[in-house]
Amino acid sequence: MTKIITRSILYLFLIVVAATCLLPFYSMIITSTHTNSDIARKLLLIPGDQFLDNYERLKNTVNIWRGFANTLFITVTSTIINVYFAALAGYGFSKYRFRYRNFLFLFVLGTMMIPGQLGIIGFYKLMDSFDMLNTYWPLILPSIYNAFGIFLMRQFADSSVPTEIVESGRVDGYGELQIFNRIVLPIMSPALATLGIFAFIGKWNDFLTPLIVLFDNNLQTLPVMIASLKSQFTSDFGAQYVGIVIAVVPVLVFFSFMSKRIIDGVAAGAVKG
Amino acid sequence: MNRSYYGYFFVAPFFIGFAVFGLAPILYTLYLSFMKWDGFSDPVFVGVANYTRLLHDSFFYQTIWNTLIIWVFSNTPQLITALLLALVLNEKFIRGKHFFRAVYFFPHIITPVTLGVIFALMFDWQTGSINKILLALGIVQDPVNWFNSAWWSRIIASGVIAWQYFGFNMIVFIAGLQSIPSEVYEAAEVDGATKTQTALHITLPLLRPVFLFVFITSVIGGLQLFDAPLILGDGPNNTGRTMVMYLYETAFKNFDYSYGAAVAYGIFIVVMFFTAITARASKLRE
Repeated sequence: MTKIITRSILYLFLIVVAATCLLPFYSMIITSTHTNSDIARKLLLIPGDQFLDNYERLKNTVNIWRGFANTLFITVTSTIINVYFAALAGYGFSKYRFRYRNFLFLFVLGTMMIPGQLGIIGFYKLMDSFDMLNTYWPLILPSIYNAFGIFLMRQFADSSVPTEIVESGRVDGYGELQIFNRIVLPIMSPALATLGIFAFIGKWNDFLTPLIVLFDNNLQTLPVMIASLKSQFTSDFGAQYVGIVIAVVPVLVFFSFMSKRIIDGVAAGAVKG
Repeated sequence: MNRSYYGYFFVAPFFIGFAVFGLAPILYTLYLSFMKWDGFSDPVFVGVANYTRLLHDSFFYQTIWNTLIIWVFSNTPQLITALLLALVLNEKFIRGKHFFRAVYFFPHIITPVTLGVIFALMFDWQTGSINKILLALGIVQDPVNWFNSAWWSRIIASGVIAWQYFGFNMIVFIAGLQSIPSEVYEAAEVDGATKTQTALHITLPLLRPVFLFVFITSVIGGLQLFDAPLILGDGPNNTGRTMVMYLYETAFKNFDYSYGAAVAYGIFIVVMFFTAITARASKLRE
């Protein structure tokens, strides 16, 4: 009997927390389908029919799909760069016994300790002198260095890329880079996928860098556009809610397909780190 | 044939990328912190003037204080919930583990900016759903103007952050729990230990490395709060303004880049200080 009560309490706890996680999103979606006057006056619990009207007003002020496409472009390019160069360096650290290898690897790990905002003003000034302000280069090129990715990839290469396969590639007359591209990368694909998901989410959520390096509204990313909703629609709550829905629902769909992989990746990264 | 020198080519892109986009900006920021520069004219050397100003800047101290308050209010409930959920979800009889883990983790992958807007809308005093619910339940008579109160603005900012990160920390705790070998629990069971005793005397002590990881990441992350608090606003008398918000506002809104550079190094020192304290405190407990 006490067993049943304890279990019921535990389930109740799990369900209450789950509801706390989902209710704000439910409320967003519901509210986005009502008129401004209803949003102001009532507590809304069921869907209305004003979504398209709210959407039209949003679309006339903020080019939200353009922001979506911009973010997608930046995120996909930097994810590819991020994953490729992390794999390259992780494999380099794993399979080549060059001098100062351990020291250099420690240095890579050490760079993870540096807080992100420390260099942001110098970064802005340097991008200005490279003539890269208001372009996507400052958002994409820094993906070349990802210490955490190298750490992850080295672990994977140590345990799952057999040195014999590298040797056999050399016997077949492949160059070192060819071996990496044609033989090693396919073997590393599970690790590439895990790191890719992290890189993708991180870049998709990036806010400060686009906020300071991009000036042109048409180049701007989705998070910056979402942040501007508040100031652009001071009293049009319907349009703001629609903007949020556009930002959240695709992520929700993506996550419902990838949740297991994402969560297992976090768990693996945490235990190793 | 010795090909080990190829390793240098493979790791070189990291070091080049870090030198250009990581290290150079950090050093350039340091250089700027000794200058006077408004973004237009040439920088002028002013020595430690920016740092002297920083030491006397009550706004900066206020942002340290605000950040610490928001950090404490977000981390305490966040870590307790994460640990409790991890312990519950680690029980064998619980069904639907994947579903619950996924739901709890979901807020973590939403852009912090978006979460900031969501909470700002929810707590809007005229149109937000929170006031509507409180009014409907008869808990308050008049709508509460949340963002007009120093403590409520901080608590809401903390709430957003706690809500966003508890799922992530829960996953880390679960991973830690699963790395404890089952023999330990079997031995405890043979000795007749109760569930509570097992949790207090076996599980928690064995989780210590995981706690250290979670604390240090939460100090480093928690002291750099920016996105969501920026959307929620400065609060009355800047009581909701975090250190990084101050950095951003000084440099990119008031165009005082050189003073902003000094603020950046000030934040760096504060973060290092608290990270060192955390690392030290977790060692002392052993």
